[in-house]
Amino acid sequence: MSAADTPKRSMRTPLGRVRNLGAAHSGTSDFWRQRITAVAMTLLMLPVIVVVMMTLGSNQAGAKVILGSLPIAVIMLLFIVASVWHMKIGMQVVIEDYIHNEKLKLISVMLNNFFSIAVALASTYAIVKLSSGV
Amino acid sequence: MQVYRWTLTMALSIVHRATGIALYAGTLLLVWWLVAAASGHAAYATVQAFTGSIIGRLIVFGYTWALMHHMLSGLRHLVWDLGYGFKANEREALTWGALIGGIVLTVLIWIIAYAIGGVR
Repeated sequence: MSAADTPKRSMRTPLGRVRNLGAAHSGTSDFWRQRITAVAMTLLMLPVIVVVMMTLGSNQAGAKVILGSLPIAVIMLLFIVASVWHMKIGMQVVIEDYIHNEKLKLISVMLNNFFSIAVALASTYAIVKLSSGV
Repeated sequence: MQVYRWTLTMALSIVHRATGIALYAGTLLLVWWLVAAASGHAAYATVQAFTGSIIGRLIVFGYTWALMHHMLSGLRHLVWDLGYGFKANEREALTWGALIGGIVLTVLIWIIAYAIGGVR
């Protein structure tokens, strides 16, 4: 029997493998990301409000100049990434709390992922398009 | 559950979730605005016509409040996560702070928006 045929064996006990992973089976990563993105959005809130107010009086041409400028585009991209990540985790928590039918829960979690990624990509694409002048 | 006396912190816990769900749906407004700006004059004019209408203004006003309230209410949760503010009076103060602060910030933002003449 060569080394390649030998099944992989872990020295860790089954209990050791699952310890600290909790009900989510993935540890506290979502909990932590929820807080990182929350703090990020709090820091970005004032700049984002200023950006939105700057665009209020202008037409599309004006909005394009404002949203397409580099620092503003970066602020908006950071806010989009943080908010989409935050809302995806938040909605998953809500789904897992209230939907107990296993199939329905899986479908809901999947749709939540689709929606969040669609929002993130559509917004990001718009910002990039505004910045590159295509 | 009827054995519990309904408290402010319990009510605001639900409101935190409700505003979170509202903001989730509200991102469609953000996407619409950004995609329209990237699309062209006609698309952007459509967004402006909507946000300028009575219904549109109400929705954006509600969105502003949900955002401000959810942020302050979330910061309150962050304080609790760090292990502070669990005494009865501190709990109440944080919760009232989030409730009043959210309304004050929302009104302030709209006053500034009208003052700079952007909202017509």
